[in-house]
Amino acid sequence: MSQQTVDAPLSETAERRAIVGIPGQAPDPKWVIVTRGIKREYDMGGEIVRALRGVDVAIGRNEYVAIMGPSGSGKSTLMNIIGCLDTPNAGEYWLNGQLVSKMSDDALARVRNKEIGFVFQTFNLLPRATALHNVELPLVYAGISSDERKRRAREALEKVQLADRMDHRPNELSGGQRQRVAIARALVNNPSILLADEPTGNLDSQTSEEIMRVFESLASTGQTVVMVTHEPDIAAHARRVVVLRDGLISTDERRDAFTSRLGL
Amino acid sequence: MLFLQAVRIAWETIRVQKLKSFFTVIGVTIGVTFLIAVVSIVSGMGRYMKDDLIGKLIAVNSFNLRKQPDIQMGDVTEAERRDWRRRPRIQDTDVPAVAAGLPKDVLWATESSDNLNIESQYGSPRRIQSITVSESWFDIKKWGVSKGRLIAPQEYQFGAPVVVIGQDVADHFFPNLDPVGRQVRIQSIPYTVVGVVEKQGSAFGISLDKFLVAPEKSPLNRWVNPHGVIDQMVIQSTDDVGMKEAMEATRAVMRGRHHLHPSQRDDFTLETADSALEFWNKMQSYLVIAGIALPTVGLVVGAIVIMNIMLVAVSERTREIGIRKSLGARRRDILNQFLVESATLATMGAMLGVALGIGFAKLISAVSPLPAAVELWSVIVGVAVGAGVGLIAGVYPASRAALLDPIAAMRQET
Repeated sequence: MSQQTVDAPLSETAERRAIVGIPGQAPDPKWVIVTRGIKREYDMGGEIVRALRGVDVAIGRNEYVAIMGPSGSGKSTLMNIIGCLDTPNAGEYWLNGQLVSKMSDDALARVRNKEIGFVFQTFNLLPRATALHNVELPLVYAGISSDERKRRAREALEKVQLADRMDHRPNELSGGQRQRVAIARALVNNPSILLADEPTGNLDSQTSEEIMRVFESLASTGQTVVMVTHEPDIAAHARRVVVLRDGLISTDERRDAFTSRLGL
Repeated sequence: MLFLQAVRIAWETIRVQKLKSFFTVIGVTIGVTFLIAVVSIVSGMGRYMKDDLIGKLIAVNSFNLRKQPDIQMGDVTEAERRDWRRRPRIQDTDVPAVAAGLPKDVLWATESSDNLNIESQYGSPRRIQSITVSESWFDIKKWGVSKGRLIAPQEYQFGAPVVVIGQDVADHFFPNLDPVGRQVRIQSIPYTVVGVVEKQGSAFGISLDKFLVAPEKSPLNRWVNPHGVIDQMVIQSTDDVGMKEAMEATRAVMRGRHHLHPSQRDDFTLETADSALEFWNKMQSYLVIAGIALPTVGLVVGAIVIMNIMLVAVSERTREIGIRKSLGARRRDILNQFLVESATLATMGAMLGVALGIGFAKLISAVSPLPAAVELWSVIVGVAVGAGVGLIAGVYPASRAALLDPIAAMRQET
């Protein structure tokens, strides 16, 4: 990590602080995600790595946001914290009106189950389970009855056009199909946010477009989508792009401004 | 609900890894196999001892008033033997006194026996257990005849030289002949065979049909016992309580006749089926303990194997655990999943062990004279112990799985 860090312009930082609100107070309900001065440090064999150095961000309902940044910028750490897989060392994280940054492991598990739908670069499907059973999994941990689970899992698979592949195992599906199973799994429990980590990282460009169209249609029906990527043309699908650099937000722009700058 | 889900996951995991699962539980299977087999054989022997052996020697609800125990199994100290030898014999004159003290509805008979040389013109001479009895003896034994008749009251009264013989005796001395009405000679005195007792079978390979019975007052009596002495008095009540009463009455009469001080111990024996079985019962409990202790070694080894395999399973499935956690599985869900898997695995191993154990017991009883009786409790204990072993062996691996960090777990390449 370089000692020289590029800080975001002071005025923008202050503006963001104003948006996310005062620590200790529940944020405006229009925000589904609010982070206040989130810091995360790792001890890597005696060396302290400061992955996040105070991130303030607010994401509203129905937003379609891409989080970008070079490797080492802290975007994966932020993604893990937003996904309740990790907790910050300092700062507050409010998800859907709940302060989750101080929650116990089991409480975080419930939040992951109810509020978050994950889509991973490596799909992360259970290899021995059928597509249907993979999609059922979040409902199993939500304690939903078998019949209801099957019904909802089928619905979710139909939404991603995989009704005819329900009984296939992941190794019998193409990469794009696997990722669509993962999307169906992410959506099956009606989460507040869909969180995608490099969703097209393992896919060819044509399949990537196909997956991005799925995200596009989800966003257009009002699903909050947060996507971490390092590919600008993937990020370009989002309506808002947050760029991280050295553990801080460097830019946070709406789509029009971003696309025009990229010349798209 | 989540428990059933965990069982389903366990079942699927085991199904796709049949061979590995089998080797995992082989220790538990062997342990349970031996548990079931040993308990089955021991209890089979016990049942055999009670029902067949002792049951044939001592009739239901009956006891024998004797000088010393007849059926001895196990250790009798030299001091005890000396004590027995010094005891007074049971006299003819004791019989009416004891009989007078017995409650109503109680049957009694005298019995004395010895092995005597028997001759007949149809077979070679042979030593046969010769028994002299009083009336009611056959009633107590509940023995009937397959040929001829039992000894008549008048024959008892006058001591007629008649005998009722066992099936083996009939076969030996009267091959292919009707023994009824024919004669055997005992100490050169002829006796007429009046009946043949129904076949009694055998116990531990010893035939129970090698005997002959004559009235107490017949000339035979002086060959089986010195004058005025009997081996035992057989007393039978209609039920268990009646038997206890009869025993107390007999004890009181005998202690009076032997002038025993209250501080002195009985110098006679009231032998019941239970007292004859006392040693066997003791030995059976030792055998059952051994039958449980030895398989325990197998179960401990089995538990260690299961624990190891489960640790391997946890590290093989780290990624799966990470995925499940990311989807909302709590620590206890993961803990349950692996505990149930371990317990299910071990329970199936135990069930296999139960099946093998029953097969083993049946095989042994088929190829050897040892009988086997599968006890339901041993099956239940076997399966429960198997499940328990799996559960205990699963605790450490499952808690390791439950504590995995989901981010690190999902990062693992498999």
